Amino acid sequence: MKIKSLILYCLISSIFLFSLVSIWKVLSTLQGIDLENFNFAIILTLGIGISLINLIIGNKLHKAIKSIIFAILFTLVDGYLVQSMPIWYNIGIFGILIFYSFKIDKYNQKNLDLDHSSQTVVFEFLTLFGIVLFSFVILFPFYMMIVTSFKTQTALLINPLDFSINFAQDIKELFKSYFVIFDTYKFGRYILISTFVSVGTVIITLIFAIPAAYAVARLNFFGKNFLSTSILIIYMFPAIVLVIPLYTVFSQLGLRNNVGGLLIVYTATTLPVAIYMLQGYFKSIPKELEEAAIMDKLNWFGIIIKIILPLSIPAISSVALYVFMIAWNEFLFSLMFLDNPNSFTLSRAIQYLSGDAETPRQYLMAGSVVVTIPVLFIFVYFEKYLVSGLTAGSVKG
Amino acid sequence: MSDTLSKIEKRTAYILLLPAVFLVFSIILFPIFANVWISFKEVGLKDIRIPEPRAKKIVKSVKESPDKIKIIYKLRNSSLILDIRDVKFLDKIPKNTEPLNLDERCKLKSLIINCNFGDWKAKYKENFQIILVNNSGEKIDKKEIKSIKPKLSGKSDNILLNTNFTLKNFKKVFFQNEFFDLLSTTFYYTFFGTVGSIVFGILAAQLVNQKFFGRTFMRSILLFPYVGPVVALAYTWELLLDPYSGTLNNLLLNFQIIQEPLNLLGQKYLTINFFGFDLKLRLALTTVIIFEIWRYFPLAFLFILARLQAVPKELYEAADVDGAGPLQKFISITLPQIMAVISILFMIRFIWNFNKFEDIFLLTGGASGTRTLPINVYEQGFTISDIGMGSAVSIVIVLLLLIFMFIYFRLLGRRADEN
Repeated sequence: MKIKSLILYCLISSIFLFSLVSIWKVLSTLQGIDLENFNFAIILTLGIGISLINLIIGNKLHKAIKSIIFAILFTLVDGYLVQSMPIWYNIGIFGILIFYSFKIDKYNQKNLDLDHSSQTVVFEFLTLFGIVLFSFVILFPFYMMIVTSFKTQTALLINPLDFSINFAQDIKELFKSYFVIFDTYKFGRYILISTFVSVGTVIITLIFAIPAAYAVARLNFFGKNFLSTSILIIYMFPAIVLVIPLYTVFSQLGLRNNVGGLLIVYTATTLPVAIYMLQGYFKSIPKELEEAAIMDKLNWFGIIIKIILPLSIPAISSVALYVFMIAWNEFLFSLMFLDNPNSFTLSRAIQYLSGDAETPRQYLMAGSVVVTIPVLFIFVYFEKYLVSGLTAGSVKG
Repeated sequence: MSDTLSKIEKRTAYILLLPAVFLVFSIILFPIFANVWISFKEVGLKDIRIPEPRAKKIVKSVKESPDKIKIIYKLRNSSLILDIRDVKFLDKIPKNTEPLNLDERCKLKSLIINCNFGDWKAKYKENFQIILVNNSGEKIDKKEIKSIKPKLSGKSDNILLNTNFTLKNFKKVFFQNEFFDLLSTTFYYTFFGTVGSIVFGILAAQLVNQKFFGRTFMRSILLFPYVGPVVALAYTWELLLDPYSGTLNNLLLNFQIIQEPLNLLGQKYLTINFFGFDLKLRLALTTVIIFEIWRYFPLAFLFILARLQAVPKELYEAADVDGAGPLQKFISITLPQIMAVISILFMIRFIWNFNKFEDIFLLTGGASGTRTLPINVYEQGFTISDIGMGSAVSIVIVLLLLIFMFIYFRLLGRRADEN
């Protein structure tokens, strides 16, 4: 057995164990439990001990028995350290230890002796680390968003770390923030406006983009190359440099505070990417199909409707979902163009809500949940399409 | 024959392209040129409203004569700088009534008062008065008169269309606007945001490229920060980071990692004692960069993962045969394979982060040393209400952007030549 591999194995596995236990402690603290110490030294020592014992025992015991022994031992020591914790906390610790023991089970005296064993150990634990840390860092804000929306201002003043949700209370009390934002702050209306604007943008963009993309993909005309490069360049221009002229012109034309004005701007800003994505796909459709159609005396309208459209449903769905996402999440233009609470989109409404320092934060978070849930739901449900849309179109964002 | 066909083809192409090109031209290209025009003008936010003649109608009863009523019109020019020419005024009066001693600028024709007020200078104000009398001596209904709104019209210049130009805005941009401070903050934000998101993107892609339980789930959640609405995410972070009620500070205090709450979004510098040296860290800017990395690494992740999955497995198998370790495999196989994607990503993300507005605006509003050029456009245009200055800053952004794009397309072209 190599000493270097042994040391790395012990250290990294115990640091991994420590981070798992610490994340559990943080999450438990956020349930209102009084925990004040990560006990770094003790847990690290325990972790090193368990890793070493694991090496010594090796395959002499079945891994399930081994894991249960480790888990019981650790839970007892940890229980002694933190004292009088609710039973679910200890069950969590027990579960973490079972998971951890299963992960270290595959290391034995033999495979720490192989070539590159130290590197392998580091890589494998970094992967585990990575999975746990990335998931935690990404999901934590979303988690906090949801739990905050179920708390009340007074409860958070009493204990700012207690985010436990009391399911025993009345449904009306539990969802109070949601009732308030829908009753008092008219969020129902904003959902309708946001949906109208986003779906409208998708439809108009597709109506404009499909013929244009077909022309770029298939037809020969003067200035074609120039046009296809300009699409990309135009796409790179950010909204912030368009804002002032559009604001002035829209003010003078009376298009501000008008959902129609917003629709025009959203369509124009998403058109280049839609054309870019669609023309790439149209080029991949075999030309022979269209040649046959031309023989049948179909005009371009017929070709697009009867041949191109049915064949490009996946690409069109990607574009539609991507454009929907951009329009739904858009903030800058809705900030610039909408001042009247009657025509707010969801994003603008939440920003308006936060402008008032008196607004309790659970309302703000309830609003955030309302605006986030639909996109995340659509994303998870149509992930395949959206991911290809993102990869093709996400030179921007 | 083929000649007419190609003509038809051309015409079809132009017809198909026209709507899209027209829309993009008017909403994207026109504003970029309009920026140039506005940036050479001294225009405030208030000036962009076209001057309007306005009248506020006040109805008063006349003492001891219920058959009479006094109408006062508070007339004014809504603009403080521009004149209105040829102002016309129309108002209806109820049946059976008649104005007494009507102003000589006005005429009465079948219950409509028609006045011609001539020219109004900027800031013009006048109280114009009409006394109405009922022909049959009955009481006049005040409400009815109030409900009728007068109509005014007039001609005026549009401040945006005249040809008075000035270089003032650009002088201010470069000499009174802490320009180099702005520029360095923008570059700092852009550079570290881009590099950070790419580094984390590589790590995440490397992770998801391995087989483990829950891998597809992991891939989905890694994209959440990018897919979620920026408003919701920024406010959630703001609440998490709040120095007093924020969860992060409370957790750190609870576990005694810090002794005093950190104002992560509101403090410009944090002094760290590092082996006896006092290091000044730009705290708010760093926090904003971390948010930026958190939100945009998924994009880098997606690109790099797609590339990683296209790397031929044989390369790794050959490396195994040669006895290479994971680190060597990463350095000599994976990295070279994803280098091309990384450099394209770097350029694209650099351009985009350079123009990022919403994230900083929502988190700090540009305070505590996080003022970047895009934030400055908004501040100049809408907080200080100087549209001309805002446009001038936009022009600076566009010029820098064109330089970046030039470099980007040159690199892209060279890469295409190599392949």
